[in-house]
Amino acid sequence: MKERLETIREQVKQKISEIKDLQALNDLKVKVLGKKGELTEILRGMKDLSPEERPIVGSLVNKVRDDIEAVLEKAELSLKQKELERKLEEEKIDVTLPSSKIIRGSKHPINRTIEQIQDLFVSMGYDVVDGPELETDEYCFERLNLPKGHPARDMQDSFYITTEYLLRTQTSAVQARTMLANTEKTPIRMICTGKTYRREDDATHSHQFNQVEGLVIDKKERNVSLADLKGTLEVFVKEMLGDNLSLRFRPSFFPFTEPSYEVDVTCFKCGGKGCNLCKQTGWIEILGAGIVHPNVLKMNGYDPEQYGGFAFGTGIDRLAMFKYGITDMRYLYTNDVRFLKQFDRMD
Amino acid sequence: MKLSKNFVKDYIDIDIDIKTLAEDMTRVGNEYDSAERLINATKLVVGEVLECENHPDSDHLHICKVDVGNEILNIVCGAPNVRKGLKVIVALDGAELPGNIKIKKGKIRGQESNGMLCSMAELGLESKFLNKEDKEGIHELPKETPVGEDPIKFLNMDDEVADFELTANRGDLLSVLGMAYELGAIYDKPVKEVDLSHNEQGEDLNKIFKLEINTDNCKLFLAKKVEGVKIEESPTFIKNRLIASGIRPINNVVDISNYVMLELGQPLHFYDADKLNGILEVRMAKEGEKLTTLDNIQRTLTTNDIVISDGKQPIGLAGVMGGLDTEVTEKTKNVIIESAIFDNVKVRLTSNKILRSEASNRFEKGLDPNRTYMAVERAAKLLEEYADGKVVTGTVIYDKTDVKPKTIEITFNNITDVLGMKIPNEAILNVFKRLGFTYEEQDNKIYVTVPTRRLDISIKEDLIEEVGRIYGLDNIEGKLPTVPMKKGSIDLTIREIRNKMISLGLNETLSYILVRKDEAGKFTTDSFEKVNLLDPITEERSTLRYSVLPSLLKIYEYNKARNEKDVAIFEIGKGFYKKEDYGEDTKLAVLMSGKYYLGIDNKKDVDFYVLKGIAEEILDYLGYYGRYSFIQPKAIPQEMHPWQTAEISVNNDIIGIVGKLHPSVEKEAVYVLEINLDRLLAKKTGKMKFKEISKYPTIKKDLAILIDKTIISDEIAKLIKRVGGPLLNSIEIFDVYEGKNIPRGKRSIAYSLSFGKQDRTLTDEEVNSVMEKIIEKLQSSLGVQLRK
Repeated sequence: MKERLETIREQVKQKISEIKDLQALNDLKVKVLGKKGELTEILRGMKDLSPEERPIVGSLVNKVRDDIEAVLEKAELSLKQKELERKLEEEKIDVTLPSSKIIRGSKHPINRTIEQIQDLFVSMGYDVVDGPELETDEYCFERLNLPKGHPARDMQDSFYITTEYLLRTQTSAVQARTMLANTEKTPIRMICTGKTYRREDDATHSHQFNQVEGLVIDKKERNVSLADLKGTLEVFVKEMLGDNLSLRFRPSFFPFTEPSYEVDVTCFKCGGKGCNLCKQTGWIEILGAGIVHPNVLKMNGYDPEQYGGFAFGTGIDRLAMFKYGITDMRYLYTNDVRFLKQFDRMD
Repeated sequence: MKLSKNFVKDYIDIDIDIKTLAEDMTRVGNEYDSAERLINATKLVVGEVLECENHPDSDHLHICKVDVGNEILNIVCGAPNVRKGLKVIVALDGAELPGNIKIKKGKIRGQESNGMLCSMAELGLESKFLNKEDKEGIHELPKETPVGEDPIKFLNMDDEVADFELTANRGDLLSVLGMAYELGAIYDKPVKEVDLSHNEQGEDLNKIFKLEINTDNCKLFLAKKVEGVKIEESPTFIKNRLIASGIRPINNVVDISNYVMLELGQPLHFYDADKLNGILEVRMAKEGEKLTTLDNIQRTLTTNDIVISDGKQPIGLAGVMGGLDTEVTEKTKNVIIESAIFDNVKVRLTSNKILRSEASNRFEKGLDPNRTYMAVERAAKLLEEYADGKVVTGTVIYDKTDVKPKTIEITFNNITDVLGMKIPNEAILNVFKRLGFTYEEQDNKIYVTVPTRRLDISIKEDLIEEVGRIYGLDNIEGKLPTVPMKKGSIDLTIREIRNKMISLGLNETLSYILVRKDEAGKFTTDSFEKVNLLDPITEERSTLRYSVLPSLLKIYEYNKARNEKDVAIFEIGKGFYKKEDYGEDTKLAVLMSGKYYLGIDNKKDVDFYVLKGIAEEILDYLGYYGRYSFIQPKAIPQEMHPWQTAEISVNNDIIGIVGKLHPSVEKEAVYVLEINLDRLLAKKTGKMKFKEISKYPTIKKDLAILIDKTIISDEIAKLIKRVGGPLLNSIEIFDVYEGKNIPRGKRSIAYSLSFGKQDRTLTDEEVNSVMEKIIEKLQSSLGVQLRK
């Protein structure tokens, strides 16, 4: 009896090593432990044994059964694992095939530049304000110290609608609106960005373009000076064009500021050594700026004896071109989708 | 303003190359376009043609032997006027001529050529300065020109010229004398006196000549007479200085008027005195009055033009152009000099119509009356010296000007506060001295007196600018303003909309707001007046758009022509109109055509519902969920498909349109959407707020119906919602079908209805009872059949 049990155990162990799948394993289980299985047969034969032998054989059978069950269980686990692995392998894909496309749009480079400028100035406490593009002569010129017949009006040949209405030639029109609207005469720190229009159209001038305008007005005792203007523009230029650039103030003339300056920045292409971009001068003209003209303050409700400040303005189109290396201004307004789609990622 | 260095050296001692001078001027605010030698050529020499034979292999070339002093060169020349004995300008081997031309030894049709014989055109002179032989051939030097010499020196053209682009306020720099003052300030050098000395004779002009000024637009008029002038060619120095300044020499008398204008900035006009009747009148023209100007064009004048008359007829347009009848000719003997100041705005308006000239430019920028007086004397002096004229005693004067040197009060602190830098007091005073301003110091104040030539300076800010300009601003340390801290404000709505559109896969465009007149009325049935430009550059851009869609359509067509047919673009821009007043609205416009990727890997043809989906996405995102509907329009713009267009209504106000383009506008299937954002955003939206999530399950029921196609989906949904009551949480269409197995004129729609209650679980009975009511009502009101 004992030998028989040992044989069964050994046979199971031997057979298991040959088994390759779960079905065969199950067959073996039934063959040994099933209702008609070998071990069950032995248990069934127990009744013929003497009462003394019964517990001895009984415990032996139980031991053998436990052993066999443990072996079978181990084998089953291992087979299941193998089967899973095989199944996974069947699901193998070519990871280098193209991905599923997720659609992505694009933001126009000018608006990207405008947003960058707005964010910079908002971070310095400036308010971003807006004004109409179809302006009156009063706000666009007269309140900015450019009376009718002023020779400087030639500098900005305008698209008039009537003698009083025109497409704004400069975002400066918003200066007057902001000052007049500020009845409390609290300090002003504002910028305005947007479309402007001049009656000219050639390879380097679009009749429609974009400007940013900044205005700071404060009490005289806080003394907003040219040094403050320079510091502010340094921050601006570094944000837009890169660090290690210096500024040069060149005296100029704008009717709404006095003194007035054109501001040059070190040529960012050659670093100031001289190249074709800067026409060998090492400088690139980038901004117009100055101290707000007392007439402008007066005409817009501020007493020039009590208040002072600075203003600056620049073209955004050129900044966008520098920023993205756009070679021809006309790309900005042609809207070729092959151009637009290039501006589809984080800056 | 072209500045001749030789000319300005009459008034200031400078010895500096023109490029440095121009750069130094730029630093003080006077930009330049170019700065170079008048004749920008090297290795030129005077030669004499010793022999000249025809080239054997050419019908126009000549083979010349040219003596250039130290050798005799073989040179092939094609000019018709080359001949034996001619003195010529020779560009030697290695010479560089304007336009990047380099002269090299070589062979021309087999014949050795060791240089080039030059015309003045080849040396860079503009064609208006060329005489006949220079236009057709090479320049002929006078017989006495010494061989081997520098021809440029001999021609007195050894000059340098800087072309300045001046700011509108610096009219004073439109004169050599003004430039001398500016350079004097830069280099700290004195400016020399202008020589006005001349003799006068005979009876005082005031006794025989009259001025009648009958308009306020002339504040100063001076007349002087010079008799017995001899008209001939001008002396070389006058001619060359005119050429260097860009003015064509004509004869000595005409040239002197231009010369004085260049020198002093005061435009002059010379009349043939014998063609006047002893009188000059200044008045406004009569409407429709005629005048033939000296370019031989008859002009019709208006009451805005200032004219000079002989007491009867107009004989000149003040400040702009003289008349043909009284101009100085070869035969002129006696000259009346006019030196006057006319209203700058009036001159500007007239010159804009007729001709922008050197003279009108100076009138427009404003003139110094002291120069008006100087100029008349200076012209008399030069006519005496270079035209053998005899100056008649006296000047007829009309003067209503009261220009005096201005005295401006300022403090040292005023200056340093604005400039934001420390400048020693002596340095500030030194700037005033260098500018030729006088000053007095008293109790910490400076009283600065500014000469009349600086019309641009009138307030202390102007003086601050002068100090900054001349002292230099390179030492300003930048700093940030010290102001109270605050948060900058910005409305980010437009930016949110832009980013939303981009996230939907649309590409942002930026187009011109100016369109053709007919385009400005498209894509709308609104009533408004188009906004037209008074003076457009082209018809293509003559009117302000009302809708942004014409711009997008153009962009679509541009891209389609380049084989880009999957177009998905949008723009946020303004549309303009006139109703009671002028106005503008910000609009969001979308155009789509071709394939569109919806979500991941789902490519489909764009149709109406894609655009509608985009409209809903934007409206939902902006917080208008549940407040809008798409309705069949009462009137449809001609450009839109009559049966695939909807108006978008928010709270019963039409804020936009969505639909397909009419096939007559575009053959391809193109869909557009436009929302008036100003109109939409004026409607307030509530704050985003958390809503309690129901703890109880919802029950879903499907409902498939067969219904007449004429009944629109909105109508069915409204009915279901009404009957469904508060238990019905949402209603979704998951299938719409017509065609096979569906009777003609009908369609099948399948809905998924979701029921639920916040505070408890619904029973099946409750839901079924609502469903039954819905079905009943659908059947009774809309004649719906159920599909199983």
